[in-house]
Amino acid sequence: MYVAVKGGETAINNAHKLLADRRRGDRDIDALSLAQIKEQLALAVDRVMAEGSLYDRDLAALSIKQSRGDMIEAIFLLRAYRTTLPRFGYSQPINTGEMKIERRISATYKDLPGGQMLGPTFDYTHRLLDPDLAQDEATDEPVTRKPDVGRTQRVSEILANEGLIEDDGKNGHGAEEPGDITRTPTEFPMSRDERLQSLSRGDEGFLLSLAYSTQRGYARSHPFVGEIRIGEVDVEIEVPELGVSVLIGRVQVTECQMVNQFQGSAKVPPQFTRGYGLVFGQLERKAMAMSLCDRALRARELGEDIVAPAQDEEFVIAHSDNVQATGFVEHLKLPHYVDFQAELGIVRQMRREYAETNDAVSSMIKEAAE
Amino acid sequence: MSDTKDSRRNRMAVLAMSDTATLVEFWKTLGVDPEFTMPRSPQTGIIGVRGRIGGGGDAFNFGEATVTRATVKLASGFVGHAYALGRDHTKAKLSAIIDALALDETWSARIENEIITPLQNRIKARDQKRAGETAATKVDFFTMVRGED
Repeated sequence: MYVAVKGGETAINNAHKLLADRRRGDRDIDALSLAQIKEQLALAVDRVMAEGSLYDRDLAALSIKQSRGDMIEAIFLLRAYRTTLPRFGYSQPINTGEMKIERRISATYKDLPGGQMLGPTFDYTHRLLDPDLAQDEATDEPVTRKPDVGRTQRVSEILANEGLIEDDGKNGHGAEEPGDITRTPTEFPMSRDERLQSLSRGDEGFLLSLAYSTQRGYARSHPFVGEIRIGEVDVEIEVPELGVSVLIGRVQVTECQMVNQFQGSAKVPPQFTRGYGLVFGQLERKAMAMSLCDRALRARELGEDIVAPAQDEEFVIAHSDNVQATGFVEHLKLPHYVDFQAELGIVRQMRREYAETNDAVSSMIKEAAE
Repeated sequence: MSDTKDSRRNRMAVLAMSDTATLVEFWKTLGVDPEFTMPRSPQTGIIGVRGRIGGGGDAFNFGEATVTRATVKLASGFVGHAYALGRDHTKAKLSAIIDALALDETWSARIENEIITPLQNRIKARDQKRAGETAATKVDFFTMVRGED
């Protein structure tokens, strides 16, 4: 039974006013501009876009400002906004092979064609706090060098030439049109295309921990980073009015090709298997975690024993969405007065019965002793 | 009609990739203000963005992106379209006007030379600059020889 409870409007209004005040903070300090958030907290913006599943830097910056930097709240805001927009269909699949590369590394080949390009990375920094950043110190312009021309070959293509690695990957259902978890309710088991969609918008922390668990022995897969590349890719859509595919802009993505231990069967000779990660923005950790989780979740397909949490599709996918997770965890703080009254009644009843039983037992023991 | 499918695709792409301020700046140099109606006013929606498993395998949806589109009809009868990532209505409207006007032979050459080509050059310059910055972070390995030979 639900009982409507009214009241608290004034308290709620005042709480929201207080929130607005605390969000703004000390009025003597300049307000943050969205441009500042976009430019200087770019990786926070990227994370909100990836997990909010909406590529729009301005909206992601706004949601970060509105949420006072609470990332899950920001992601929630972006997801909610998404649902208000009409859908214009789907893009052509992006071609990461033609990416405008900003960073590209491989842990499997030192001298790979195209080379190792470090890009704007935290790697090899000393992780010492830099007091200069406490002030607005002038920053040098980056160094430039004449770039190589042409496409950068994928590491998977190098291995594929020798037949040492499996093909790029099938969705598992055979249909050309991929599934879309935002349009159809989730059903288990999922196909790999739907699983990748869930992982791409999944919580970075959750996927990172699961990926870590596979390295510590819970579904070990002996991974190597075949290649990570970050950069902009063209987005094209079919324009129905013209009957042609037209470029409508670029998005920045991070792609991780994880290369894992060989499989073999009666039909296929031993070869490296693969896990794939693809996310919006510059989110290397997330793309790596995603590729490790993708590989672990292929256990059934590859005939491996399912022994660890990271291989359990329902466990991983059903709990990876932080908007769903926060909704269910945080709903506990909403009024449960009636539920709780009922439970209070039950506990009182049980305690009464317990006391009566105890009294009866102790008087029996007493009688027996006498 | 002088306009081929390819040049139109290129034009729409360049307009989509350019920012509004630059677009307005180049448009003003053309000094034209055509009459038009809008069969479809600028409208923002989302598209599902697709990737391919492993980079080149089967397609999958991995996120959505905001897109704005517009359709403009000039008094001369030419119809222009615009589609671009983001939510910029001014840009969509102006892009559709430029697309429509480029279908008119009186204007097509000037639009190509005074708007599309310079915009494309800006995009190329930005790409070139970024590629150069990335190239400077390329690792040059050298091998240290140890011990006696």
